[in-house]
Amino acid sequence: MPVRIPTAWLLLAPALLLLAGLFLFPIGWFLHASISELGTWSEILTEAEDVLLSGAISRSLVTTGWIGVVVTLLVLVIGYPMSYALSRARGWVFTAILLCIVLPYFTSTIVRTYAWMVLLGRNGLINQILLGLGLVGEPVNLLYNRTGVIIGMTYVLLPYMVLTLFAAMKAVDPRLMQAAEGMGASPAQVFRKVFMPLTLHGVVAGVLITFILAIGFFVTPALMGGPSDVMIAMLIEREVEITQNWPSAALMTIVLLVVTLALYAVYSRFAEPGEAVR
Amino acid sequence: MTAGSVALEGVTKRYGSETVVADVSVTIAPGEFFTLLGPSGSGKTTTLSMLAGFVVPDEGRVMLSGQDMTRVPPRGRGLGMVFQNYAIFPHLNVAENVAFPLTVKRAPKAEIARRVADAMAMVKLEGFEGRYARQLSGGQQQRVALARAIVAHPPVVLMDEPLGALDKNLRYHMQVEIKEISRRLGMTVIYVTHDQEEALTMSDRIAIMNRGRIAQMGPPREVYEKPDSSFVAAFLGEANLLKARRDGNAVAGPGGTRIDAGAGALGASDGLLFVRPEKVSIAAGGADGAPNTLPGQVRHASFLGNIVRYQVEVAEGATVLCDTANGAGAALHAPGDPVRLSWRAEDSRLLAA
Repeated sequence: MPVRIPTAWLLLAPALLLLAGLFLFPIGWFLHASISELGTWSEILTEAEDVLLSGAISRSLVTTGWIGVVVTLLVLVIGYPMSYALSRARGWVFTAILLCIVLPYFTSTIVRTYAWMVLLGRNGLINQILLGLGLVGEPVNLLYNRTGVIIGMTYVLLPYMVLTLFAAMKAVDPRLMQAAEGMGASPAQVFRKVFMPLTLHGVVAGVLITFILAIGFFVTPALMGGPSDVMIAMLIEREVEITQNWPSAALMTIVLLVVTLALYAVYSRFAEPGEAVR
Repeated sequence: MTAGSVALEGVTKRYGSETVVADVSVTIAPGEFFTLLGPSGSGKTTTLSMLAGFVVPDEGRVMLSGQDMTRVPPRGRGLGMVFQNYAIFPHLNVAENVAFPLTVKRAPKAEIARRVADAMAMVKLEGFEGRYARQLSGGQQQRVALARAIVAHPPVVLMDEPLGALDKNLRYHMQVEIKEISRRLGMTVIYVTHDQEEALTMSDRIAIMNRGRIAQMGPPREVYEKPDSSFVAAFLGEANLLKARRDGNAVAGPGGTRIDAGAGALGASDGLLFVRPEKVSIAAGGADGAPNTLPGQVRHASFLGNIVRYQVEVAEGATVLCDTANGAGAALHAPGDPVRLSWRAEDSRLLAA
């Protein structure tokens, strides 16, 4: 049912008010208050340069980007076949796979992260199994380092990728694949020449949403990472809570916000099915 | 056997306890235009899927050009196919779509270009190479599907309700074109449709399917004029099927009127007397005792333009349809008029009820 434009705005009003009151206003106020402390524009720019090029922050930006890329790729590699299975499953198999994906999605990130800590710790389940099988001589360090962060974040972010890809795959008409097969394509060709190109916009959308979420992660790297795994969100929190250097926190926030919004702008183009399919 | 021949030998397919195709045997000659006609659920699409290789029969063999292909996957069969929904790849343009059967075979680029150009010319789509499916009309999409099916010059092309989504005028136009192209390329066409008119227009032979079996098979005129069963009679166009009893060499129709039946298929005593509405003549006036004549009264007259269709009530409340050409100086009968209906014995048949 088409909704007239004024009606649409009316329906959106509560959400817009909430967003304006609880997100736009506080963040705008925070950024304005913090940055105006610094003085004139030229002083702000000098400060910005100093802050962003300082060792701790540039290291953290690189760490954040690196973790984001690795996690996104892992999530894609694990999520693509999973989404494919989900898109082809019927009946209770479908429900079972979907529950496995969605239930953790609805569980708090903190709870899930602690659960992983139980599994990955020095005396955790995974180390006990590896030791028990004699695969390793001593416990492997899976926690409080980069590996731990990547495992934890991959797990937390997987549902976003799977559900995005699932939507794209479900939209592919299975008759197109059958047609390709009928016209002489091998299963590998059907995948490469038909299925993959038709789900590519979903891959792009899934990669962007995963990366956007990954670079803003706080809880998982804070709990599962080591001293060198400081992601940008953790640094922002540290500047605000511990060193109380609000201008520095504000500048980093702007960087994170700009990157996120830029990626989101790209994402929104690909998330619209039919738009991206040329 | 020569390239392009197709045979099904006792092919059966079951899904659970339901038999969708039951013991179907057909031999199709190279270059023949063969139609599988039937209502939905009659097994015609499953039969086509077994020819294509999408479905493996539970029993029987599928032979293509003399070779047993029963268990060969679709890509090993070298068939051309036109799908019901056209199945045009939305991410490829028209030329890439048409080239698809050749690209997956890794044909040389120059050959692909030449064959695509040929196929595009044959379906009159030159100039549309760079377009995408969503920029094409239904008729143009149909042509893309057709070009793609013939681009590799397959000896056999399967078509699954290819014109189902087109409007009537365009459908007629495409019927003629498909027929023309198939003749020019000498390819065997196996055509699935539920549209009896389409089947009659295009086919060399028609197999009418019902409940997974071939009810009757033959050239269009034969199956239309000499149906073996009331199902075939009623499915192919309009049919009068009047309750009748055998009475010596003749039959007793409504009201006990003695009627000569043609060489009917009936052995039993009771059945249905079949005659096509256009084979029935109508004349003004009541009973005159002439042979093969049923007196009746016009119930309804529908003016359809080139023909006038009468519903005539005869004895025992039975209704006979009668189509007359709206020819030069044709006089129309009004509802309520007493009329006489008659037909030639050889135009009627006695069928099992």
